[in-house]
Amino acid sequence: MAALSVDSVRYSYKQVDALRGVSLQVDSGRFVALLGANGAGKTTLFSIISGLYRAHSGSVSIMGHSLESETLKALAAIGVVFQKSTLDMDLTVLQNLRYAADLQGISRKDSRQRIDSSIELHNMQSYSTRKVGALSGGQKRRVELARALLHKPSLLLLDEPTVGLDLNSRQEFVSHVKSLCHSQQTGVLWATHLMEEVTTDDQIYLLNSGNIIADGTTASLLEKYQQPDVAALFNEVNKQYTDDRNVHGEPS
Amino acid sequence: MNLSHALRCLRGVAVREALRFIGQRGRFFSALVRPLVWLFIFAAGFRSVLGISIIPPYETYILYEEYITPGLLGMIMLFNGMQSSLSMVYDREMGSMSVLLTTPLPRWYLLLCKLLAGVFVAVLQSCVFLAIAWFWDIRPPLAGYLAVLPALVCAGLMLGALGLLLSSLIKQLENFAGVMNFVIFPMFFASSALYPLWKMQESSLLLYWICTLNPFTHAVELIRFALYGKFSPLALVVVSLCTLAFLTAAVIGYDPARGFLPKKMSGAKP
Repeated sequence: MAALSVDSVRYSYKQVDALRGVSLQVDSGRFVALLGANGAGKTTLFSIISGLYRAHSGSVSIMGHSLESETLKALAAIGVVFQKSTLDMDLTVLQNLRYAADLQGISRKDSRQRIDSSIELHNMQSYSTRKVGALSGGQKRRVELARALLHKPSLLLLDEPTVGLDLNSRQEFVSHVKSLCHSQQTGVLWATHLMEEVTTDDQIYLLNSGNIIADGTTASLLEKYQQPDVAALFNEVNKQYTDDRNVHGEPS
Repeated sequence: MNLSHALRCLRGVAVREALRFIGQRGRFFSALVRPLVWLFIFAAGFRSVLGISIIPPYETYILYEEYITPGLLGMIMLFNGMQSSLSMVYDREMGSMSVLLTTPLPRWYLLLCKLLAGVFVAVLQSCVFLAIAWFWDIRPPLAGYLAVLPALVCAGLMLGALGLLLSSLIKQLENFAGVMNFVIFPMFFASSALYPLWKMQESSLLLYWICTLNPFTHAVELIRFALYGKFSPLALVVVSLCTLAFLTAAVIGYDPARGFLPKKMSGAKP
């Protein structure tokens, strides 16, 4: 089943078209990477999928629920890790998680159990009673991930979640999310501009100037474009798109 | 909307506000010091200059300190309303507002939770202020202490809703100084908080009308009457209508389709 289905979504900021008819799909238990340079439209697309903005046209459905007509059911099925840290720095890790559990309507008894197992699952035992403001970047990201998964969402959205992390923390975080994706059958949409976060069996969508310019598994795209790695593939596809645009003009 | 979910959400938002408030002790004391300075110093100085005639709800001559106490309670609610506006803008800049707004509950309800949590903190402050004022010989009738609670809640809701509306209009945290200059001070000084309206009428008819039309005047009068066990229907009607208008405008302001939110949320870039 499709955890997320985005169909022909358009959005513009005054005169600037941020998304020009984006369509994509994320299946349950699948890790899907949305690759795009800064300004490609990733954050706008995430803001639409998470209900912060409303698409000017097109549709989004989450676990079969239309974001337009069944907003609350659709929102209940997603967990979001935003690009910027959205934790309350003055509260402890536990207090942040309790707050999230309350927002999601989880009962106190359930939330205690879920928070305990979440702390264990994400290895946060050593700092669960510390204020978030005192944690390292990697630790904060783990807390954000734990918070996003607390209500057991069917779809997890991560908007450049590893920005600001060192290489080790980044790799650790990516593999942690991938293992969760497989073990909990959660569909994951991972936006990034860091090519090393994508492996050959991942499904990828390449976003450029608000258009999806290529999609498929990494392996199939590497073969199609005859490129040795994801970084080279990214450059090649973007170059072909830019050349094509220079010849034929902006797509409508 | 599921009722138990809605109540848990309200609890979560209220607990978070309370924890943040307790964590920032400086904020608690500064919020209390402001009205106390007015009560202890300003009112003491003005007592001899300003005579207060017998006007409802008072049945006898009163000291100036007693007159401005409801105004100072209004001041606490006003500053708290603006404080929650500031905190909303801050939350939006820090991103934590996104967490609240992606909660699977109607947006109007989420904003109402924020509003109620802010009012809860403001009412607590007001109770502490009244307790301190008691030692300063400000002693309204005992029933007044009970009757003033719903009046404080009504005033807090109106001023909090105004704060919510402002937070949907303010682009950046830096612009908040403008709110201080253009909203808080004019609202407070052009009201019946410090002087009775008939005094205003004596000095300027225009100022009198401005004060009469100021919703804060009605919030103060609602508190004043309630504190002395009386009821001002006009004040309640004005405060209720203003609350409804401010809250509706705030909900529109935070609507992703119609509001100003996408232009202001952090990360509002392609």
